Amino acid sequence: MTGSDNFPLETAREMYRRMVLIRRFEDHLYALFLQGAVPGTLHQYQGQEAVAVGVCIALRPDDVIFSTHRPVGHLLARGSSPRGIAAEIMGKATGCAGGKGGQMHLTDVTVGAMPSNAIVGANIPIATGAALAFQLRGQDRVAVSFFGDGASNIGAFHEGINLAAVKNAPVIFVCENNQYGASTAISSMLRITDIADRAAAYGIPGRVVDGMDVLAVHHAVLEAVERARQGNGPTLLECKTYRYAGHSRGDPGGYRTRDEVQRWRERDPISHMRALLITERGMAEEELISIENACQSEVEEAVEFARNSPEPGIEETYLHVFKERQ
Amino acid sequence: MSTREMTMVEALRDGLRVAMLSDPAVFLIGEDLGIPGGFGGGFTVTLGLSDEFGHARVMDTPISEIAIVGAAVGAALVGMRPVAEMQYGDFVFCAMDQVVNQAAKMHYMSNGQVSVPMVLRLPVGASARGAQHAQSTEAWFMHTPGLKVVCPSNPYDAKGLLLAAIRDNNPVVFLEHKLLYGGKGGRKESSSAAKVVSVPEEDYEIPLGTVAVKRQGSDLTLLANMLMLHRAMDAAQELDQQGVHAEVIDMRCLVPLDMQPLIASAQKTGRVLIVEEDNLTGGWGAEVAARLSEAVFFHLDAPITRVAAPDTPAPTAPVLEHEYVPSVQRVVAAALKLVAG
Repeated sequence: MTGSDNFPLETAREMYRRMVLIRRFEDHLYALFLQGAVPGTLHQYQGQEAVAVGVCIALRPDDVIFSTHRPVGHLLARGSSPRGIAAEIMGKATGCAGGKGGQMHLTDVTVGAMPSNAIVGANIPIATGAALAFQLRGQDRVAVSFFGDGASNIGAFHEGINLAAVKNAPVIFVCENNQYGASTAISSMLRITDIADRAAAYGIPGRVVDGMDVLAVHHAVLEAVERARQGNGPTLLECKTYRYAGHSRGDPGGYRTRDEVQRWRERDPISHMRALLITERGMAEEELISIENACQSEVEEAVEFARNSPEPGIEETYLHVFKERQ
Repeated sequence: MSTREMTMVEALRDGLRVAMLSDPAVFLIGEDLGIPGGFGGGFTVTLGLSDEFGHARVMDTPISEIAIVGAAVGAALVGMRPVAEMQYGDFVFCAMDQVVNQAAKMHYMSNGQVSVPMVLRLPVGASARGAQHAQSTEAWFMHTPGLKVVCPSNPYDAKGLLLAAIRDNNPVVFLEHKLLYGGKGGRKESSSAAKVVSVPEEDYEIPLGTVAVKRQGSDLTLLANMLMLHRAMDAAQELDQQGVHAEVIDMRCLVPLDMQPLIASAQKTGRVLIVEEDNLTGGWGAEVAARLSEAVFFHLDAPITRVAAPDTPAPTAPVLEHEYVPSVQRVVAAALKLVAG
């Protein structure tokens, strides 16, 4: 575990709070899902919280993120309202996308969260394009593309990263290697151990990062962001992590062993950060419990809000196909 | 208003220039667009623009269609107005996810929080290059909600529609027929239809969602776009000599589609012949025919008929390609049959 000495206590505390918020949100949603209160599907983020939080806390409000089919962690880490996310997942008019996006297409431009993308790897060239726009306008903003290990084998990965590399685009490619693309072990679909090695093919820095360690992720991202803002181009960060849940609803994860899951759970990012805050930063356990309780209340209140929200009007089906000229 | 004689290539280039001068958010992205000593894009449309606007705004890319369209989507999401070029329209199939799942759906999926104001320029049409450099692709995009589809037949419309497309707040697929370019220089395309016309040098727009009645007539209505509009006009002249007076409408914008002038014309003539270079099955003509028959069935004196490319890939040998692309003779024959029926 990386030491937290370099971090202001406030930042470390906020990292912990956001990770707990994500975990509680996802656990609560899953319980509701099992009760039949959530339509469609769920792709859950438990286990990967250190990646979303370590990345998003390193960004400025005017930076943008491009998320995936597993977007809840990214949006909560970015500061999006749990109410809007819960309502969106439950198909309500008060959802962050009015119910038209759903679990895989969360969008909240107020926190720089562009439409999250359910086509694996598709946001890699898109984030590159946003970064090229910042570069063209002379802005020092950055774009972040989140994607999974499986995305490293799709064409858009190659085309998007290469374009970003040759144009020095200010973009950070965050590969969350949670070891599985759906049920397929990534180790069986790659002849290399580290996806970060692929960065060499594009002539950009690639780094393997402990994705269970929020501070390690944060350090690596700060460096990549600094590099991008200074006009030195993109970085590929491979965060080794693990999803505790199945790929999506109703996936019991029969393709992996109980031992394996247990080994990763022993490195749980939240438990480790909690221990570190107590032992290294002298935080009182009561204060941590109070953070955890506040997160739980926030989640329960958000879900209650979502449940009590109206469904979208039928006319919404026909709106926002095209945008009128002003 | 000062005008200049322009080919379609020159009119498109002028449109890009005017758009870039009037809005710093406009930039061009694609292959071989601004390389010194290079082509100026697939068909010289962007020739010289990198000298004037620099290589940042005339952005050359690797041969990466997914990245070209994807980067345009991303730039548009954060406020730019990119104009992306596929060197040949057929290459867009490499990037279909970015067009269909990304560009077309972002505004809707985000409930209007973001929009994708971009233009995707596609050179289309058979031109003796074989099946992978030949396809007319309008129907593919017409079927995708969230995309606008524009397909001009002449330099004046091309410039005005391009300016309107760039300033539209949605992804616009902009088809350019290779045999209408009239490009000057090493990659000149030859075709009698590639006419030079007077085009205003000023900034002007032709609104999307409009068709144009090119010729009045009382006996039947010909609906055609791009190169086929010229075939239809030539056919109408021949038909005149046989005492058959055809009305010709230029289907220069397929999405949004203004049905009203088509309905009015069909009610007047009672006969409709659709002429398209697209393959017959599921082409734009099929949709237009369906909508027209719902609207004017009881005004029709004959079934709505289509002249289109057959359901084969485009062959290469000139004699085969001639058989594939609807000719003036085929249009005339179909029109006479329709009028006689």
